[in-house]
Amino acid sequence: MSDPTEGNAESVEPTGGAGERHVRVVLVDDHRMFRTGVQAEIGQTEQTGVEVVGEAADVDQAVTVITATRPEVVLLDVHLPGGGGVEVLRRCAPLMGDAERPVRFLALSVSDAAEDVIGVIRGGARGYVTKTITGSDLINSIFRVQEGDAVFSPRLAGFVLDAFASTDAPPVDEDLDRLTQREREVLRLIARGYAYKEIAKQLFISVKTVESHVSAVLRKLQLSNRHELTRWATARRLV
Amino acid sequence: MPVYAGRVTISGMPEAATAPLVEPRPPRKLYRSSDGRWLGGVARGLAGHLGLPVIWVRLVFVGLFMADGLGALLYAAFWFFVPLGVGGVGGQRPPSLVSTETSADGRRRLVARRPDKGQIVALLLMVVVAMVFVGNVNLGNGAKAYLWPVVLVGAGVALVWRQADNARRARWVEAGRQRRTLTLLRAVGGVLLVTAGVSGIFVLQGSAAHLGSILQAALAVLVGITLLAGPYLVRMTQDLSEERLMRIRAQERAEVAAHVHDSVLHTLTLIQRNAENASEVRRLARAQERDLRTWLYKPEGTGKDEADEPTHLADAVRRNAAEVEDKHGVPIEVVVVGDCPLDEGIGAQMQAAREAMVNAAKYGGEGGAVQVYAEVEGRKVFVSVRDRGPGFDLDSIPADRMGVRESIIGRMERNGGTARLRAVPDGGTEVELDMERAEKT
Repeated sequence: MSDPTEGNAESVEPTGGAGERHVRVVLVDDHRMFRTGVQAEIGQTEQTGVEVVGEAADVDQAVTVITATRPEVVLLDVHLPGGGGVEVLRRCAPLMGDAERPVRFLALSVSDAAEDVIGVIRGGARGYVTKTITGSDLINSIFRVQEGDAVFSPRLAGFVLDAFASTDAPPVDEDLDRLTQREREVLRLIARGYAYKEIAKQLFISVKTVESHVSAVLRKLQLSNRHELTRWATARRLV
Repeated sequence: MPVYAGRVTISGMPEAATAPLVEPRPPRKLYRSSDGRWLGGVARGLAGHLGLPVIWVRLVFVGLFMADGLGALLYAAFWFFVPLGVGGVGGQRPPSLVSTETSADGRRRLVARRPDKGQIVALLLMVVVAMVFVGNVNLGNGAKAYLWPVVLVGAGVALVWRQADNARRARWVEAGRQRRTLTLLRAVGGVLLVTAGVSGIFVLQGSAAHLGSILQAALAVLVGITLLAGPYLVRMTQDLSEERLMRIRAQERAEVAAHVHDSVLHTLTLIQRNAENASEVRRLARAQERDLRTWLYKPEGTGKDEADEPTHLADAVRRNAAEVEDKHGVPIEVVVVGDCPLDEGIGAQMQAAREAMVNAAKYGGEGGAVQVYAEVEGRKVFVSVRDRGPGFDLDSIPADRMGVRESIIGRMERNGGTARLRAVPDGGTEVELDMERAEKT
């Protein structure tokens, strides 16, 4: 998956400072100013290896642009006119499942509401970062998502821990609805602001192992019992 | 002179039962009383208005009733024209507050009484009085025959009007939980009474033989009116409720707009003024962001005003972080998992955490945001504060510098918890605070 762009003439040209890394990205956000800002920050393809191939401001546009350009990563805002990020995810589901050239989504939002965040993750996004993220962190996250890894911001890690901790009732599917001790530890460290490398050092495991734990958590989050998560989100609102 | 003295008494001691009828206090407006009333609240409202015991007013009305029904007419007129109010004095205040507000003599005495009992007594009294009245009245033979129908109509109208009053009152106190069946019964009862009375008049005018055709005609007219006016009425009610909904929405929007307008514009102005001072700009922007988030994502009534002391862990952590952030201009990112009420130990832990945040902001703030993580797991509460500064070695700190030792480590240990400071491998310091929750929460 490191070079999925073979056969695409315009993007095989070698990139300079960023080495052989190259990723095609579509920006979906209804604020033009924000798109411009992100574009300015990550869009110098020679240095960052990120090429912004399309932009969209609402759900319909997003689906059209994504289908037409087939990017590897979509930076997706949670709040969008026309149904929100979840709707984009729903309508692009076939593209996500494509075995050859899957389109992967990274949610990028200012939203603080747990149900927004959990909503896009359950919809199939590979990660969630807040808009306060720095340019270089964002670029790293984009590459990580491109490689099929999951990206958790501290806040998302907090939400997930909360969601899986506060369900007292026995889970319906034991394997799916429970985080292992290790996964919990990894999440906790993410919530505390540790980078993958730091987590690996802290737990005496390899970065690859950290990645696989995070991906496992993401899978559990996307597949686990909907009822409990909904109930959790509702309760959270009331707290 | 007596008039003058009287005025002084009224403004000085409003409770004086001897207050004369002259000169009602200017700001007062006459309202019908909505609580403790027997029928329409007229007597009670008047009593409150005039500063008289309510029983006097009621007796006067009964007395006037005997005078060829003058009292009833007067009462009806008051009922019709005077708006329903509270306690016969105030404006649209919720009735629950009223008992302490009004001081008119009759009020307090009657508040204690169960209003329903009073109403039954009143109804019985009214029937008796009406009977006496009917028996006594000396009208022409022809007119006398109409009396019962008129009384019936009067009773029906009274019933329906009271219902309308109740509906209005329910709106003030937001008592939507009023029993529907009762409402319906009352309305139907009122309509039946009025119909019976009116039909009675017609029957008396013609003869009993025409009853059938009169009823038929009445029914036909009613049905016709319903058919004609029904759709309009339905449409009107729908429009009205829709309009009300829109108004509520508009109000909410205006409230949001006002808030956003004030705080955001204010902050933007400050940012423009301090454009060359980067840390101040950052501080302002962060404070504004936090404020807006609280405002948008927190449900109604959960500390939106930020006025009261936090009672729960999550609130306390966020509050502390916000304050430190404001003071030192270093962004602090807070993640809280779970929540629990504060007790003594946790309170101490919060203070220690705050101290740690201050240290992190002061000495480690250049490396980026300070990360605060708090978690409640069973009985254990864990807080970590981490910065990405140059790091810090406890052993190299002179022994006389008590900040960390006393206010973080010492404080935690005195309260039965533990504190650990450690250097993070790739730079920065992390403070970990562990505390058990008290047995009883």
